[in-house]
Amino acid sequence: MNPMLAVEGLSIVFGGLRAVSDVSFAVNKGEIYTLIGPNGAGKTTIFNAISRIYPPGKGRIVFEGEDLARHGRHEIAGLGIARTFQNIELFEHATVLENLLIGRHVHRRTRLWQELVFATSVRRQELAFREAVEKVIDFFDLAHYRDTRVAGLPYGVRKVVELARALAVEPRLLLLDEPSSGLNVEETDDMAFWIHDIRSDLGITVLMVEHDMALVSRVSDRLLALNHGEVIAEGTPALVQNHPGVIEAYLGVAAEA
Amino acid sequence: MRFIFKTDYAQDLQLFKHSGQAYWYGALAAALLFVPWLLSPYYVSQLTFVLIYSIVALGLMLLSGFTGQISLGHAAFLAVGAYTEGVLAAKGWSFPFSMAAAAVIAGLVGVIVGTPALRVKGIYLAIATMAFNIIVEEVLARWESMTGGNTGLQVGPLAMFGWTAQDEREMYYVALVITALVTLGVVNLLRSPTGRAFVAIRDSEISAASMGINLAFYKSMSFVLSAGITGIAGALYAHRLRIITPDQFTVLQSIEMLMMVVIGGLGSIHGAFFGAAFIIVLPQLIAVAKDYLPPAIGQATGLQPALFGLILVGFILFEPLGLYGRWVKTRTFFQLFPFFRRGMFRRQKTFMKSERLR
Amino acid sequence: MQALQVIVSGISQGCIYGLIALGFVLIYKATETVNFAQGELMMLGAFLGVTGTTFLGLPYWAAIAAALVLMALFGFLLERAVLEPILGQPAFATIMVTIGIGFVARGLVTMIPGWGTDTHMLETPFRGEIVRAGGLVVAVEHLVIIAATVMLVSALYVFFRFSRVGIAMQAASQNQLAAYYMGIPVRRLNGLIWALSAAVAALAGLLLAPLTFVHVNMGFIGLKAFPAAVVGGFGSLPGAIVGGIIIGVVEALSGVYLPEGFKDVAAYVVVLIMLAVRPNGLFGETMQKKV
Repeated sequence: MNPMLAVEGLSIVFGGLRAVSDVSFAVNKGEIYTLIGPNGAGKTTIFNAISRIYPPGKGRIVFEGEDLARHGRHEIAGLGIARTFQNIELFEHATVLENLLIGRHVHRRTRLWQELVFATSVRRQELAFREAVEKVIDFFDLAHYRDTRVAGLPYGVRKVVELARALAVEPRLLLLDEPSSGLNVEETDDMAFWIHDIRSDLGITVLMVEHDMALVSRVSDRLLALNHGEVIAEGTPALVQNHPGVIEAYLGVAAEA
Repeated sequence: MRFIFKTDYAQDLQLFKHSGQAYWYGALAAALLFVPWLLSPYYVSQLTFVLIYSIVALGLMLLSGFTGQISLGHAAFLAVGAYTEGVLAAKGWSFPFSMAAAAVIAGLVGVIVGTPALRVKGIYLAIATMAFNIIVEEVLARWESMTGGNTGLQVGPLAMFGWTAQDEREMYYVALVITALVTLGVVNLLRSPTGRAFVAIRDSEISAASMGINLAFYKSMSFVLSAGITGIAGALYAHRLRIITPDQFTVLQSIEMLMMVVIGGLGSIHGAFFGAAFIIVLPQLIAVAKDYLPPAIGQATGLQPALFGLILVGFILFEPLGLYGRWVKTRTFFQLFPFFRRGMFRRQKTFMKSERLR
Repeated sequence: MQALQVIVSGISQGCIYGLIALGFVLIYKATETVNFAQGELMMLGAFLGVTGTTFLGLPYWAAIAAALVLMALFGFLLERAVLEPILGQPAFATIMVTIGIGFVARGLVTMIPGWGTDTHMLETPFRGEIVRAGGLVVAVEHLVIIAATVMLVSALYVFFRFSRVGIAMQAASQNQLAAYYMGIPVRRLNGLIWALSAAVAALAGLLLAPLTFVHVNMGFIGLKAFPAAVVGGFGSLPGAIVGGIIIGVVEALSGVYLPEGFKDVAAYVVVLIMLAVRPNGLFGETMQKKV
């Protein structure tokens, strides 16, 4: 079976630091696949390589048959991959609605001159965008904040807006970078339901980086455990969490008595 | 107090949020149409200047206010527009065509500036645009065969298809129509994907790229549009002044344009108009107040720059949203009276973070 | 031989640009803001010097010292009054504020009796003296400029690299909130930096005065210091001087060997080339945001 996303032998070096060493894994369509590992393990670096924020270094990343190295940063969304950022990168001076509408950008079909005169095609496109975006707003229950400037919103809401914006792209693969960081127990609970629904109702494949083990076991189909840029284990949550290498990476080895 | 209850998406897209707004803008339009019959030609010409500067402000606002690209060299685009118009008008071109040419050529110059500017940000961009302005100024001064060098270029009255603008009033109406069209264009741009892309670039480039926005393409486009709009203003400017010289388009002018946009209210369309009005009205007020001040202050040549600087600093310290911001706050105060709270507009205290890591 | 002569005067002019650029870089390193009023601070320093020697009859060195101290104080107060309140705001705001300060400074200077719009001369003990070295004729003024620049830069380099205050300043510029948490007195440091920068500007003005005379529009030379800072790389102190010297030499040579008009734009052409080829300057650093 052809995986949706295949990472083959990825290696990324920053100066003298080996951030990622010969990492290979594959994500199948409809899966929820999670990358775990202590801080500095290289998880976000892999994400950044996929969204081409970093150059790929050595190795290949293939998405639905396309070699991603041949595409620029701004073409990734058009290919069907959307992502959220660890340290929330929202458009602060715009409203929630405008943020989500920017997410629709890849679906833009109008040209500059049409927009200057606000031709009917532009009007029609705008209405269509809004319809699509309202579905996302309903999904996340953000209607309350629709016309509020992002800059004034509480952290938990901003995390949700970040996720909503990624969904507005209508991707086939969603990259979530630490979706639960900074959220309290209830918000994390909501997040778990949403991630689950994103896969079941919307049919989107999810590749996630996460630290919260409870959330990870709850939603993930498969895990990849990383440490110091290398793969230490891959498999179902139960398997990986009991893997001795993984336990050592997180908790260390028992001291000799 | 007014609540706007939206029942369909089209309401989101409307230019006027509610009938009250439409009423006030209608009244403004009517006023603008009839005012030249009520004022002396001198004041009408000043009003024309306000309109011309508004167009410049819109151009600069698009680039700096909405796309976040600082430009300290916009006077160069104004110059290109003005000189193109001057040269073509002398050759007998009709105004709509020469103005279009001015816009296109200014836009091309915008591409020349914008392309290297893609790689640099912030202060580097400001310096690059400033350097560029100085070079253009020098080129205009040296290219005597085309521009008349430092002695300047004479420009006839505005003429198209056999009709000439004979007096201040006719010039004013032409400027009014063009200003309205440019404003409409910019407003339309801002409520469509391109305008949103500009704002996205201003707020977070990495995020914008991840949403599918081609940074290089849109930044260039912003430069080109901004330059083109300023070129249009330049064309009107040439006919208004009748003689244009390179020293009217120095870095100092560019800085004044930027001041205009900041004082008016960065990131808003209204700000462009407030800023333009401010920049024309202030010298008039100074001229009047001069006689009431002690001679050491009143007669000093530095009075205008000093006041300008003081007002600019004052706005940034106390009213970062500019004149338009002050207007909105005052209006909200009256609308919500007595429920207005000063905290409504207060921004959160921010700590400086390195922009080198942006 | 003429080329060498031209180069020497280019180097000394370049040192002036470099000194002004040094002021920029100092402030940029510490607070990541750019001071567009640096030229005006230079002008004020020169005026203070003239006031000291001509109007108050002080001996040269006393006037210099007084000017430096007063300008340092002025820089400190300026930072406290105007720049601190806007510290969290984006670079754009600080650029505009410093532009505004420049305007105010120029305007106010014309209102001060005795200063006004006249051109003044700064009396120096070595005016008119020249030195001959192997066929070269060099004005002592030029040598003094070069020597002073070298001494100042070395002192500052050591200060930033090895002293606690210097390192603290760099920390505060990269992440102010974290610096606060580390117990760094950020506000006091910022004030110090501006004081230092203003004094450097004043020094530049005092060194330049014998060459161009002192008048209210003297600060426009400050515009040329921007290319200098960019060529050197905005975060680098030695870079500012090197950049300045490069600009000075290029300018001097174009004045002699290229057609008229090139001299005025030489600096700006150089900066555009630099931005196209190596945007971070000769000694600048490249950094990318970690998302």
